[in-house]
Amino acid sequence: MSAFRNSNFDRRTALRAALGLAAAGGLAACGGNTGRSSGGGAGLTQYFHAYGEAGTEQAIKRYAKAYKETNVTTQWITGSNFESKLFASLLTDKAPDCFEFHPQLQMIESGQVADLTDLIDPVKDDFNPADIQSHTVDGKIYGIRMIDDPQFFFYRPSLFEKAGVEVPQTLEELAEAAAKLTTDKVKGAYLGNTLHSMINPLIWSAGAQHLDEKNQIAYHTDAVVDGFKQLRKLFTSGDLLLDAPTDFWDPSALNQGLTAMQWCGMWAMPQMQEALGDDLGIFPFPKVGSAGKQSVYNGGWSMFVNAKSKNLEATKEYVKWLWIDQKEYQEDWALSYGFHIPPRTSIAESADKLKSGLPAEGVKLFNEFGHFDNIGWTQASITALDDVLANCVRKGGDPDKELTKADAKVNKELKKLFG
Amino acid sequence: MSTITKDGVSSPAPAKASPAKPRRGLRGSPTFNFWLFTGPFLIGLAIFVYLPILWSLYLSFFEARFTVTPSEFIGVDNYVTMLTDEDFMGSLVTFTIFAAFIVPLTWGTSLGLALMVNRLRFMRAFFRSVFFLPTAVSYVAASLVWKMSIFNGVRFGLANTFLGLFGIDNTAWLASPDPPWYWLVILTVRLWLQAGFYMILFIAALQNIPQEMYEAAAIDGAKPGWQTFWYITLPQLRATSTAVILLLLVAAYQAFDEFFNLLSKTTWGRPPLVELYHKALGESQDYGAGSAGALILTVLICLVTLLQGKFMGFGRGEESK
Repeated sequence: MSAFRNSNFDRRTALRAALGLAAAGGLAACGGNTGRSSGGGAGLTQYFHAYGEAGTEQAIKRYAKAYKETNVTTQWITGSNFESKLFASLLTDKAPDCFEFHPQLQMIESGQVADLTDLIDPVKDDFNPADIQSHTVDGKIYGIRMIDDPQFFFYRPSLFEKAGVEVPQTLEELAEAAAKLTTDKVKGAYLGNTLHSMINPLIWSAGAQHLDEKNQIAYHTDAVVDGFKQLRKLFTSGDLLLDAPTDFWDPSALNQGLTAMQWCGMWAMPQMQEALGDDLGIFPFPKVGSAGKQSVYNGGWSMFVNAKSKNLEATKEYVKWLWIDQKEYQEDWALSYGFHIPPRTSIAESADKLKSGLPAEGVKLFNEFGHFDNIGWTQASITALDDVLANCVRKGGDPDKELTKADAKVNKELKKLFG
Repeated sequence: MSTITKDGVSSPAPAKASPAKPRRGLRGSPTFNFWLFTGPFLIGLAIFVYLPILWSLYLSFFEARFTVTPSEFIGVDNYVTMLTDEDFMGSLVTFTIFAAFIVPLTWGTSLGLALMVNRLRFMRAFFRSVFFLPTAVSYVAASLVWKMSIFNGVRFGLANTFLGLFGIDNTAWLASPDPPWYWLVILTVRLWLQAGFYMILFIAALQNIPQEMYEAAAIDGAKPGWQTFWYITLPQLRATSTAVILLLLVAAYQAFDEFFNLLSKTTWGRPPLVELYHKALGESQDYGAGSAGALILTVLICLVTLLQGKFMGFGRGEESK
């Protein structure tokens, strides 16, 4: 073999090696940040949706870094479709080992989330009983609550006083107040761009439930139909702020003086207090109809373990370490960035930040009017009622007919879940 | 080297085998080279296109919620569900409305821009670049700019600020389907994004029209302007126009990004891909119904393409040879 051929071969080999490295690099980039083994330990991945409060991403990563048993990588998922990204990834080999979400029965039925009863049982009595109940199926607990997030109306008392408006007790009064508060620069109320966050409190405030004790439809009542009609009237009144640059979870609309009252969560309270000082008040979703009662939606997030994780036991150990053992981190997570109510009674009771002023008022409303997620109310049912709101409030359809259409979808879902 | 004959005259030595003789074996084989170059792409096509289509066909006959490896066979139920689904059928209407507006609108705008830029004597390259640049912007980024800066519903949105100059109240562009202002937002963002690309195609076609034709027309008395455009320019652009319309239709079928980002959580304004996303990949995660819908859509697109080919005369030139 000539020297020339040797040299030629070498160049080709070098080229192939370079291309191979480039391809490997590209592939590595595609699958980067998976958190898989990077030397020492199993290597775990956790999914979080992007919280709006500054410092939250760094906090979650700091907790993960403090865990010495294995390397934990965080995927901080921005955008508004966290659910679809999570669901899609759970079907693949790149599924996260643990993730935050809300308790939903179909994930248990599909074998996607692991039973965490053995982790929670020793400290079960220290958790808010409603949080335990909303994660329990057939006596097994499937998730660890990380934070409780009550949602209510935030308002500017100075603007209410100027317009001569009292805090609304009923949905009709809310519409009247919005009309009086509306000026050429400030809209009376902001309920979010899609208004979807109105559905749950509307049902509860109308004295109804999503499902009854036998897991049958309980939301389709005359009062709920009437509530949707009132919302439609409010939507078309010109007194609502519509198409704001950010949605209801962001306090910008109230902070920037675009609206006099805004539906939002307790998480945004520190930002609002910083922007508005003492000119800030809260009130629950007003009652709908004579049989109704004011309500507060207790949203929040829970940690779940992927039942199909290759590192199931290691993940459970990590989840236990962070969300059961590390009370300091749990308190930091709930109270250092936005305000959330810690689901652990011992932490909530010792949290000074929740003991006075507006945060204490938020805790009071949470305890007095709060409603928690029903684990049997799953994505298909949520979407069905989202469509009802879109069709009858934003599009002008007949609420009763829209609810009847939703009934068919929800019943199909209930049949799949409960037989 | 030479040999000596009996006449003492030397004759040329027989030629040696050429050192540049073509190689034999695999590397010299055209078949090998064909597979070498097309093989990786065919493998990619099989893995990422044909296999998913077959898997989709399989899924469409199963109850496949929250799983892509289902076990409950339900026959054609998913097809019946999709064909009787108001939202899915409505998405086809949405596509039709969208295509009916965006195709002629983009065709006219890009042709207009091409005619305008082509006539420029100064700064032609600058204006070409200015109109072409939006093509490089992602649909998602452009949609968010349209939604959050230009067409938001508050008083400092660009569109509302402009309307405010005339004393017109703030408009919520995307909140409601009545009136359907959302179409204005969707059509303008796509027009802005794609008109520059088709303008380039038209400029190329315009530069291929022989100048002599215009000169001959002028001698025959054709007036410059509309008359010349109608009787010379437009007929000469026929082939390019056909291609542009076809590309625009294909792009309209693929509409997703701007609808998804501008109209989140609505039940209206959903073209087929958005509808199928919500069915299969969104929060519902119904891969069975989503697959059935995707296959119905595929069949529909094939039918439309065949009909389009028939009406627009694809392949007619080949047959006449």
